[in-house]
Amino acid sequence: MTTLIEAEVRTLSYREAINEALRIEMRRDPTVILMGEDVTGAPHSDAEAHLDAWGGVLGVTKGLVHEFGRERVRDTPITESGFMGAGVGAAATGLRPVVELMFIGFAGVCLDQIVNQGAKMRYMFGGKARIPLTIRTMIGAGFRAAAQHSDSIYSTFVHFPGIKVVAPATPADAKGLLAAAIRDDDPVIFCEHKVLYDSRGPVPEGEYVIPLGQADIKREGDDVTIVAISRMVLHALQAAEHLAASGINAEVVDLRSLSPLDEATVLASIRKTGRLVVVDEDNPRCSVAGDIATLAATQALEYLNAPVKLVTAPHTPVPFSPALEDLYVPSPERIVAAARSAVGA
Amino acid sequence: MEISRERLLWAYERMRLIREFEDRLHTDFAAGKIPGFVHLYAGEEAVAVGVCAHLGDDDFITSTHRGHGHCIAKGVDLRAMMAEIYGKATGSCKGKGGSMHIADVDRGMLGANGIVGGGPPLACGAGLTARLKGTDQVTACFFGDGASNQGTTFEGLNLAGIWKLPVVFVCENNGYAETTSPRYSVSGQDIAARARGFGMPSIAIDGLDFFAVYEAAGEAIARARRGEGPTFIEAQTYRYYGHFEGDSLKYRDQSEDAHYRALDCLNRFRTTVIEQELLSQAELDAIDAQAREAIEAAARFAAESPLPTAADLLTDVYVSYPAAGLWPFQEVNR
Repeated sequence: MTTLIEAEVRTLSYREAINEALRIEMRRDPTVILMGEDVTGAPHSDAEAHLDAWGGVLGVTKGLVHEFGRERVRDTPITESGFMGAGVGAAATGLRPVVELMFIGFAGVCLDQIVNQGAKMRYMFGGKARIPLTIRTMIGAGFRAAAQHSDSIYSTFVHFPGIKVVAPATPADAKGLLAAAIRDDDPVIFCEHKVLYDSRGPVPEGEYVIPLGQADIKREGDDVTIVAISRMVLHALQAAEHLAASGINAEVVDLRSLSPLDEATVLASIRKTGRLVVVDEDNPRCSVAGDIATLAATQALEYLNAPVKLVTAPHTPVPFSPALEDLYVPSPERIVAAARSAVGA
Repeated sequence: MEISRERLLWAYERMRLIREFEDRLHTDFAAGKIPGFVHLYAGEEAVAVGVCAHLGDDDFITSTHRGHGHCIAKGVDLRAMMAEIYGKATGSCKGKGGSMHIADVDRGMLGANGIVGGGPPLACGAGLTARLKGTDQVTACFFGDGASNQGTTFEGLNLAGIWKLPVVFVCENNGYAETTSPRYSVSGQDIAARARGFGMPSIAIDGLDFFAVYEAAGEAIARARRGEGPTFIEAQTYRYYGHFEGDSLKYRDQSEDAHYRALDCLNRFRTTVIEQELLSQAELDAIDAQAREAIEAAARFAAESPLPTAADLLTDVYVSYPAAGLWPFQEVNR
């Protein structure tokens, strides 16, 4: 369990924490570069007034160009295949690029460069390549941005060997996991939930690295294990508060890293509580939620006192209308209901 | 363009090695010794060698499914290549890549590539590395007439153009993308003209003439080294064998094959250097004999090498990853 002593750590937003991790990593390693669409904005103009016009579509990379310049903080044309492949090629030849894929749904335009080139290169070359590439990408519904800008399809990448996938829920985890992703010698997809950018929390100063592949128990409990990912961790914690009021003590496991997966922490929690609810904003088929259920079924079945409950998005694209989008995202209420059902309450 | 005697000898040796290597594979594939698919480069030797003649070990190339020639021209070890194609543990990629993925990153060979058009974005990345590190390394990006229609190729040309990357795009127009001629697939019919739309110098050359390739590539690579940006070369060439071994070749006529074999790049090289008294027939014949021996030795090495073992299945996926994660849902954590 990550324990943070509030007196010693500042509070930052998730956005600021990511920005700080980028700044620190770019300072400590000159081979770290950042590129993507509008990561500064207005690259056509030398006018001071235009510099850093956007700093990323939601302002996450704001200010970095002032310190590191346009060579290292590089705006790209809207050509995801081109610049994603350039990221792979640069990683293979000695840089440590951080490539921003604005929304994870845009993976549809550059999947070949991520999967067939970047992820497979090391294996195809018999271990004689390193691809230290970090792909920062936004996930998540909640912005009324409709089907092509709201996916949480990280399970797509969990499926592929050769890539690692992380999805932080808190500002501190975002900082620590991004630093680890950038320092990692394998390709890493770093999923930033857009609804979390303004959420705040304590974040350690200076260099802060959380090893990939370690889940974090965000709340301890004995009655039911709730495994959650990214923003769903916050929903699970809200649900746990509701459940506590009626005497059900839920343990909330934040996976943080989806590949590699911390099987040991998940299994230990299931063995302790005997009940499992998995909360995942991704579509449910071939999903991380399904993987966790498989893990429980193959390695902890005899510990389970109730069927595994999955609280996921439906098998639909993300809808536009607020009335529908709010139904799409797993709510704390649905998590409470699933947990009550699991404990037989 | 001036070329030294040593470079001429080197070029002829590389071209002959490629020809012998591919002819040997043609025979060995027919004999059932080679698993999977092989795409042979025989006929196109002048392109790979004419370009790589200007590259050092520190420079980069990206390649294609028809990549053996690029590998040999860039100096990848012949025995390791042959063993890779045989699927042996001693191969360039420990038998995990095969013909379509031979690579030698330490020699700047960023991989043959099974995806048509996979290379141009990667080449831009290698160009970006050279630029950010302030070196004069150049990347040669080989691709075919088929890839000249892929979006990734246009995106690569665009990135290299706006960022003035030290990349030379070499389109090997060998007349066919699998069975499909550019007469059918290339709108406008002029591949070299397309690159001019991206604001870079572009030239179509006789890719069966080593000296034409050597000259065009020399200028393009020198320009890239000077930081003046990318160049596009369409080298018009021909592949002697099919798309892959076992191809029935029903899509082209015997007369076409005869026409191009009469223009064979190795024979033309020999004629030119003998007529101009640059090299002697005896020197060329000696290279031929050495090349045959080298390929024979490589094939013997491949045949005698051990196969990969079960332990090799799970290595080289990641630099670091928990072992249990490579075969999840097993009993290991129980």
